[in-house]
Amino acid sequence: MSIDLQTLSISKAHSALVKGEYSAVELAEAYLSEIKKKNEALNAYLEVFDDVIEQAKAADARIKKGEATMLTGIPLAVKDNILIKGKRVGSASKILENYVASYDATAIAKLKEAGAVFLGRANMDEFALGGSTENSAYGVTKNPHDTTRVPGGTSGGSAAAVGANLALAALGSDTGGSIRQPASFCGVVGLKPTYGAVSRHGLMAAVSSFDQIGPIAKTVEDAEIIFNCIKGQDIFDSTSMEIQNMKHGTWNIKKITIGIPKTFTEMEGISLEVSKNFQESLAHLKKSGFVIKDIELPNVRYSLPAYYIINFAEVSTNLARFDGVKYGFHMAGKNLLEDYRNTRGLGFGPEARRRILLGSYVLSSGYYDAYYNKANQVREIIRADFAKAFSEVDVIATPTTPTVAFKIGEKSNNPLSMYLADIFTTAANLGGIPAISIPSGFAKREGKELPLGLQLMGAYGHDQTLFDVGKAFQAVA
Amino acid sequence: MAVTKSDIEKLAELSRLSLREEEKERMRNEFDAILGYVAAIQEVSAASSTRTRSVIATVNVMREDTHPHESGEYSESLLSAAPRREGNYIRVKKIL
Repeated sequence: MSIDLQTLSISKAHSALVKGEYSAVELAEAYLSEIKKKNEALNAYLEVFDDVIEQAKAADARIKKGEATMLTGIPLAVKDNILIKGKRVGSASKILENYVASYDATAIAKLKEAGAVFLGRANMDEFALGGSTENSAYGVTKNPHDTTRVPGGTSGGSAAAVGANLALAALGSDTGGSIRQPASFCGVVGLKPTYGAVSRHGLMAAVSSFDQIGPIAKTVEDAEIIFNCIKGQDIFDSTSMEIQNMKHGTWNIKKITIGIPKTFTEMEGISLEVSKNFQESLAHLKKSGFVIKDIELPNVRYSLPAYYIINFAEVSTNLARFDGVKYGFHMAGKNLLEDYRNTRGLGFGPEARRRILLGSYVLSSGYYDAYYNKANQVREIIRADFAKAFSEVDVIATPTTPTVAFKIGEKSNNPLSMYLADIFTTAANLGGIPAISIPSGFAKREGKELPLGLQLMGAYGHDQTLFDVGKAFQAVA
Repeated sequence: MAVTKSDIEKLAELSRLSLREEEKERMRNEFDAILGYVAAIQEVSAASSTRTRSVIATVNVMREDTHPHESGEYSESLLSAAPRREGNYIRVKKIL
């Protein structure tokens, strides 16, 4: 039978699987056939697993026994920095060539327990450094809406896979917008959960004080289903915690107030089509009965520079472990020091090398206080700004990105212009707060309809509020 | 303050990675632009906060030092990932 993948959601697929309208094997085959047709052109997957059908058969057996969860038999793409035991994984880097995961990430273990089917590993910017998936050692992923444009990044493969119906949903990771920005560029939903809501055990670390695993999906409801499966405290990640899934209970969702930080959303450098679309989104939210209120986030304009300083510093320390001794690529030299230099010099791509050096710079004696310490102070100031704002409003709305998806190659020779594309997304990582990007419409460019996204940020631990407001927005947008 | 080529070489030395010649010059230019941009945080008044630790409660997460895994349970899978191995050892060049 043919399955309409375009309109499929997790709950629709689940209900069809349970009713026996099609099997998990048939569903997996439908995605494998799409992958076969489209992946060569899009390069969303670095690898399609050879045991997809076996996984789907196991899901079918479970469905037959009446033990299906919402995610049993649901085909997912997994970003190439999340470990699945026995599978190749490499953060799209040459330095991890031939590396096979020796254990399951906690998020993967939870999805396995729920019976999800993993289709393959999705392309990304090397070690989650970038904003376009152009920094992959295995070639750029193309945007399914216009193959001359980037899918965003760093979870570009995951977002393109979901946007092109090469997976029903996906896992990504978000350090400064790496789930939300590609979700916006590819016309899908992407959630960066509250810091600590989802265990990072088995996620390759980029910036440990920002990184979160999160879902990329077609609807807010689908993202919520995956989030509820993977969240929770984990002994293997001491930053993880139980997020009290705040149910609104007796209070009315329509009483939610949405704050607009105008000095931020009306900054220079935001394209006209994005501004116009954002105003339309606010009109939709108003129509849904939400109260819209102007707020101030006085220091939010410093979030991007502070974010990047902390990013460089933590990336340089986290990537120190890749030395050609314990795993992956090894390039021998005359002595051990040369082994390190050669392995790291040749194994890391240009952006990883650049950030390692920038990290060494901001952490070096004489600059440490001016850059790294100062950035940490700014992080606390921004957190205090958010705390104050969330005492007045429940949700803060901004566009997800300042422009539509840019052309492949447009920013790749200018790292600073690439960093500026993260202007709206990094604040949530500094704040440790949850944020979601939801498709909000399209802008027409060169005859192509390019997706735009609305970003909703919630107070610390209030991921559920984002799902509730997001679903209301999707119902009217 | 402009970044010099020798600054880049020193950073590469600290970072234990080799750089190609042409890359050093390109990075020097890029670093000037990037460091110039991120220096904007200097505008934030130092008086407004001296905290560098989180206002979100940070607590030590402790666990009992118990339930170790079986000795050797993971040795093979971890050793098999090493590029150079000799028996149950990872092989490296001599340091001294």
